[in-house]
Amino acid sequence: MGTQEGRRGLLAICILAVVLLALFLLSFWLGRYDVPPLEVIRILLSRVLPLSPTWTEHMATAVLNIRLPRILLACLVGACLATAGSAYQSVFRNPMAAPDILGASSGACFGAALAILLGFSRSGVTALAFASSLLSVVLVYAVACRAKGNRVMTILLSGVMIGSLFSACTSYVKLVADPSNQLPAITYWLMGSLSGAWMKDVGFAAIPMLIGLVPLYILRWRMNLLTVSEEEARSMGVHTGRLRLVVILCATVLTAVSVAVSGMIGWVGLVIPHLSRKLVGNNCRYLVPASTLFGAIFLLLVDNISRNLLAVEIPIGILTAFVGAPFFLYLMTRKENLL
Amino acid sequence: MILSVENLSFSYTHRPVLRDVSFTVEKGELLSILGPNGVGKSTLFRCILGSLEGYGGRICVDGRDIRTLPHRERARRMAYIPQIHRPTFGYTVLDTVLMGTTRQLSPLQQPGREQVHMARAALERVGVFQLAERNFAHLSGGEQQLVLIARALAQQSDILIMDEPTSALDYGNQLRVLQQVRALSREGYTVLLSTHNPQHALTFADRVLALQDGSVAALGPSGGVLTPALLRRLYGVDTALADTPGGPVIVPLTGEEVR
Repeated sequence: MGTQEGRRGLLAICILAVVLLALFLLSFWLGRYDVPPLEVIRILLSRVLPLSPTWTEHMATAVLNIRLPRILLACLVGACLATAGSAYQSVFRNPMAAPDILGASSGACFGAALAILLGFSRSGVTALAFASSLLSVVLVYAVACRAKGNRVMTILLSGVMIGSLFSACTSYVKLVADPSNQLPAITYWLMGSLSGAWMKDVGFAAIPMLIGLVPLYILRWRMNLLTVSEEEARSMGVHTGRLRLVVILCATVLTAVSVAVSGMIGWVGLVIPHLSRKLVGNNCRYLVPASTLFGAIFLLLVDNISRNLLAVEIPIGILTAFVGAPFFLYLMTRKENLL
Repeated sequence: MILSVENLSFSYTHRPVLRDVSFTVEKGELLSILGPNGVGKSTLFRCILGSLEGYGGRICVDGRDIRTLPHRERARRMAYIPQIHRPTFGYTVLDTVLMGTTRQLSPLQQPGREQVHMARAALERVGVFQLAERNFAHLSGGEQQLVLIARALAQQSDILIMDEPTSALDYGNQLRVLQQVRALSREGYTVLLSTHNPQHALTFADRVLALQDGSVAALGPSGGVLTPALLRRLYGVDTALADTPGGPVIVPLTGEEVR
């Protein structure tokens, strides 16, 4: 829109999009089962164009049934967590706010652990995780609405408290779980992983993700006004209460569905928005799309590492923490105070 | 009459803050609000801006009760210029000013070329065009205040409400900001400005509203109302008025003259 910042933002977003596309294609080629890059592209195109197969059945299975859902899910989850993070940071006027702040993650973990304990199927685990995540957020609101004092503060506090309640419930479920098969399954789920993703998972996740993302994109300019004082924002004609509620709800849906399909993948929602701020500045108009793309790139990259680095797959939650925690320390100790 | 406050009363739980405050502001007028700390100036502003409800009396803009006006309609009529503005994240000056144009947009719109143009024009108007791409947080206090005024201009409302705009500024910047405000009121903007400095009210304002214990202590043309007796009543200090070629000046007495 003809400003220096705008041109820089658009350029950065275009570069991120190109990088994502390249990484997306590259990811199909990575993996134990070797598929030549040209075949990867032909197999993918064969879904939309009538191409005669020059590839083997195994190649098609590896690309379409194993790698495609996993790659798509990594992109979606990364994009959603990072977008939710940038939204939470604006809404709570707090650069340290992150998607797990409202207890959504702890709620999802409890739901998943309970579902595994009850012997639910994989999609049952996802569904119960999502439901329990939403329940925890509803509880957080209900408490925060009754509490006296600063709304931003009460939401944060009740988020922490409800989150720890759900964590306690999760611990109890682990305690009573069968240690020979259920407990490892629960523990593995809690570490966060995209392995064994099916197209069904992608389909399950895509709709709530869209429901969460679209309003955030539409309202992203107004999200800027939530970072100034309440009085100022209102005097500029913004209905702050309503706007804040919509943004929080959308960001929470994004978090809940991400955790439900992938387990606990921490740090993406904190680290990526900050890196995006460095790239495009703080205007949510550019920050939100940049976070979405950057989050997808980041999680796809980390997932590629997690499935290719060692013979045994490393749960992605562990890797994101390895990247996230040092970055957080760096943020805390750097000279220039950007926060 | 553009803004009228009728019998306004407000209490925080049991403590009354404003009692039966009534005044009107005409178009193009600069009204300065004086009073000691904690007298209810900020509460008065918050009522006028619509962020405090549950007050007694009525506040009307263009004859319409502000309680019946939706947020965007209110923003079309009144712009608020806070004393300090500390956004959580560093925005550029241009983005800060663009926020003022939000009320022209539907909730689903982003600011476009037209709004950028307005924002730049507003910056030019207050003489800080060259700051457009700088980070707001890195500006001096005076520059920040001018940018906030530009934001209010970009909002294109008729009434500017300024809460102690000069309290954090050095002497030169205080005068520069007030000259700018005065020029705006001459162009037809209606300005409501609270200040801690009676001299500023005397030099720059058309009329003065003095508050004491939540009620109106004096209301009238600044030259007529701002007497040593009023200042004694409001602040408990002794002053004298001196006529100079540049206008009347309030001279604080050191206490030795009295003895």
